[in-house]
Amino acid sequence: MTPATRLGPDLAALDRALAALARLFDDAGYEAVSPPHLFPADLMLDLYGEDIRARAFLFPGGGGDEVCLRPDFTVPVVLAHGERGWDRPARYAYQGPVFRRQASGSRRPVEYFQAGIEYLGAADPAEAEAEVLTLTLRGLELLGVAPLRLTTGDLGIVFGLLNALDMPVGRRARLRRHLWRPARFHALVAAAVAGPTEVTARRARLIAAVGAPDPLAQIERLAAGEGEILGLRDIEDIAERAAALAEAAAEPPMPAEQAELIEAVLGVNGPAEGALARLRGLTANAGIGLDRELDAFERRLEALARHGISGSELAFDADFGRNLEYYDGFVFEVSGPDPSLPLAGGGRYDSMTTRLGAGTSVPAIGAMIRPEAALAMRGGR
Amino acid sequence: MGSLTLGLPSKGRLMEATIEWFGARGITIRRSGAGREYAAHAEGIDGLDIVMLSAGEIPRELDRGRIHLGVTGEDLIREKIAGWEHRVKIATAMGFGHADLVVAVPAWWVDVETMADLDEACAQFRARHGTALRIGTKYHALTRDFFRRKGVADYRIVDSQGATEAGPKNQSFEAIVDITSSGETLTANHLRVLSDGMILQSQASLCLSLAADWGAEAVRARDSLGTKLGLALG
Repeated sequence: MTPATRLGPDLAALDRALAALARLFDDAGYEAVSPPHLFPADLMLDLYGEDIRARAFLFPGGGGDEVCLRPDFTVPVVLAHGERGWDRPARYAYQGPVFRRQASGSRRPVEYFQAGIEYLGAADPAEAEAEVLTLTLRGLELLGVAPLRLTTGDLGIVFGLLNALDMPVGRRARLRRHLWRPARFHALVAAAVAGPTEVTARRARLIAAVGAPDPLAQIERLAAGEGEILGLRDIEDIAERAAALAEAAAEPPMPAEQAELIEAVLGVNGPAEGALARLRGLTANAGIGLDRELDAFERRLEALARHGISGSELAFDADFGRNLEYYDGFVFEVSGPDPSLPLAGGGRYDSMTTRLGAGTSVPAIGAMIRPEAALAMRGGR
Repeated sequence: MGSLTLGLPSKGRLMEATIEWFGARGITIRRSGAGREYAAHAEGIDGLDIVMLSAGEIPRELDRGRIHLGVTGEDLIREKIAGWEHRVKIATAMGFGHADLVVAVPAWWVDVETMADLDEACAQFRARHGTALRIGTKYHALTRDFFRRKGVADYRIVDSQGATEAGPKNQSFEAIVDITSSGETLTANHLRVLSDGMILQSQASLCLSLAADWGAEAVRARDSLGTKLGLALG
């Protein structure tokens, strides 16, 4: 949907909303930051892969390099923070338009305002999460909307579960890598339970070569038999992957109870307090140590209670957030009548800071409000 | 000036096969002038205007509604029109211009047989070489869509408008997405199609623009063309 020109009472209302949010965030100690609209496309491609081209506007800049029209503020704000130095806590507030490519016929806007915050390097993660969520809800309140639905989740629990479960290293790496692609993830779990399948003759020869004396020479002989050795991927790449394939072929099937536990944990859904109790019960029964993640969940609920949000009312869905790229801990979303057009959302993204150059993972959580969606809802449109 | 505009490919084997196809159904298409002009007319049917266009331009013209009907490859329809299902209706496949759009890797990659293998090879390539594995193609949208459906995430598309099969050897990219009819070119370039790497089995197709102006006269001409062709063009 191409946005209309903003003018008249609509523009005045948007300006008032942005000013109110700027004041709210400023009063809470968030420093205003205004990153450029354009930044290097390489960064986005490295973070999100080619899929980003379907969702953001990438085009040639000067000098042959591609640029990206910002699809959100998180990446540019975190980069700006990194340039000042990663090793100090900081709170940032931003506002401005973002640009998203939408499928033809989609009702989602191509350009819309975001007003949001990022909180980096917080010493107390639970307190930071409660602060960011509370500020987001207060922001929506200032805009005059009563959020109809707040959903929360915690990807840290699933990551923690995968780490805690006893399974072959290769299988764990595969599951972790596909956590954000639920369909692929469930297929991997099912395949792991089913155990080894019949392999092609080529695969059988390759696996046999790994076990032979001088496997590298064996694999090279097999490879050269299929075609000229060309390209940038080299024989060591192939030998390394062959070893991983041989290892995977020897993996014992995943015990059915383990798969059931993974699916049961992902299926936990309901008021947060009860969800926490259910997760404690599930993992205790299975003898799995998930204390670190569940204690973090509990501390978050305590912090939220201090901010006036009750864990017996807060909605929690363990599966929530798995389609939201880059989040790896607490996640939340506020929606109005149309769940496909959220009013606000946010989450924890510690591991992304590593990929953006922090060297090590820095505590990071952020949230954004979509003032135009909120105003449209208030106006009954 | 007719009331229904049909865009046809203006040269090569695709043009000849298209003219034969209509001829076999009682519609004779004659090129005007000395064969260099991109103009033609149809005999055997009333109210039909023919415009000769490059096959690659026909999807765009259909998308913009500047022609009512057009003949082009299904691969080009799907590649060039975002949300093509809402813009164009494929009335019939025409039985020629067959081309498979496939994912192919160097044949010597004995560890990569499926898209799932390619996905793991991508992750490994990033870890060992520090950059994303590159796929050379001119079919950017179809590649992205297929790779997403297959759960392949960490790769980069490199635009390649011709001689794509030679790219891996030149180290311009590691693997390719390209059309092939017999697979001979791929084999000659030491490439192998992945076992689940068939993206699309394309052929020349008669397509309807949903964006064109379908006034009463255009609908009348369309229906009489449909009757002649023995097709439901609605």
